[in-house]
Amino acid sequence: MNLWLWLLLSCLLAYAWKLVGYLVPATLLKNARTSRIAGTMTIGLLASLTVVNAAASGQELLLDARLGALAAAGVALLFRAPFLVVVLAGAGTAALLRLAGWN
Amino acid sequence: MPLTFPSHLLQSPAVRVGLSISVATGLYGVSFGALSVTSGLDFWQTMALSLLLFSGGSQFAFIGVVAGGGSGLAAMGAATLLGMRNGIYGMQLNVLLHPKGWRKYAAAQLTIDESTATSTGQTDPLEQQRGFWTAGLGIFILWNVFTAVGALAGSALGDPKQWGLDGAAVAAFLALLWPRLKGKEPVAIAILCALATVLAVPFVPAGVPILVAAAVAALFGWFSHGPRDEGLEPDINPYDERRQHGSHPRGGSTAGDSA
Repeated sequence: MNLWLWLLLSCLLAYAWKLVGYLVPATLLKNARTSRIAGTMTIGLLASLTVVNAAASGQELLLDARLGALAAAGVALLFRAPFLVVVLAGAGTAALLRLAGWN
Repeated sequence: MPLTFPSHLLQSPAVRVGLSISVATGLYGVSFGALSVTSGLDFWQTMALSLLLFSGGSQFAFIGVVAGGGSGLAAMGAATLLGMRNGIYGMQLNVLLHPKGWRKYAAAQLTIDESTATSTGQTDPLEQQRGFWTAGLGIFILWNVFTAVGALAGSALGDPKQWGLDGAAVAAFLALLWPRLKGKEPVAIAILCALATVLAVPFVPAGVPILVAAAVAALFGWFSHGPRDEGLEPDINPYDERRQHGSHPRGGSTAGDSA
């Protein structure tokens, strides 16, 4: 139930961001710094989420099969594979590495 | 809207791009649905994210934090900070499309990377309208349908680790980051924030390292002077050369008019 609360609040805040763009005067768009921060934060958050999902387990850093998934995804992206193929490459590699005994 | 609109519909470059991006983006809703239920959310929580939050990066962020053992508050923080760029898109689209009345509130919900990119990639005002609404509505419908498919498939899978679904999440985040790494500065930001994350993990509760990285990135954006649309690329570019339908590359938007 607690998760529902945070989830619905997230939905509300996401809609608030979207709507605020339509309600504020267009002159705010001239403020380059707002756009910059929205952009750099997008890059930083996605980089951080990649690392956390690849190498963190709670408050521990762990090198396991997920690292293989990261490498496989990187190779797939270098070959310009579509999103779903990249995701499948990550899943397949992690599954195979576990099958081979590396957790 | 002129009465001739329907007969021209499939000849419109923006409508064709919008439909093609809808299929490509909608399909990867499968991976969101499957990962969400294996992260510990139930079917309806997963659907609520796709229907109500409706922004791929933020949805993945929310489940990514939950999967890593982070609190609901940290998940909300990551999702909300990642959603800031939709506010910038809203400002751009409001100038281009001038939606009135209820359309403004509908347009807001459909304001995401791909619908914005489809619209701003066109130069003709009518095509900008068609591109936005085709991509926005098309992705909304297909994203939700495929989220449901993925969520049902994910619940049937059993042990998610055996299927490498934690590896799939890693790959999904890298795939979301990848199109934004154009040039040295975005790469520098990504490396800096990855390092900040690794350093923070042992010292703060799960989920918080992501917010530390966000703060580092925000400081970088505040003090540096790079292009103002850096990091604001769509996950799937509608005007990619592989899916070209005779249209203009992105750049005709209001983002390029700085002095």
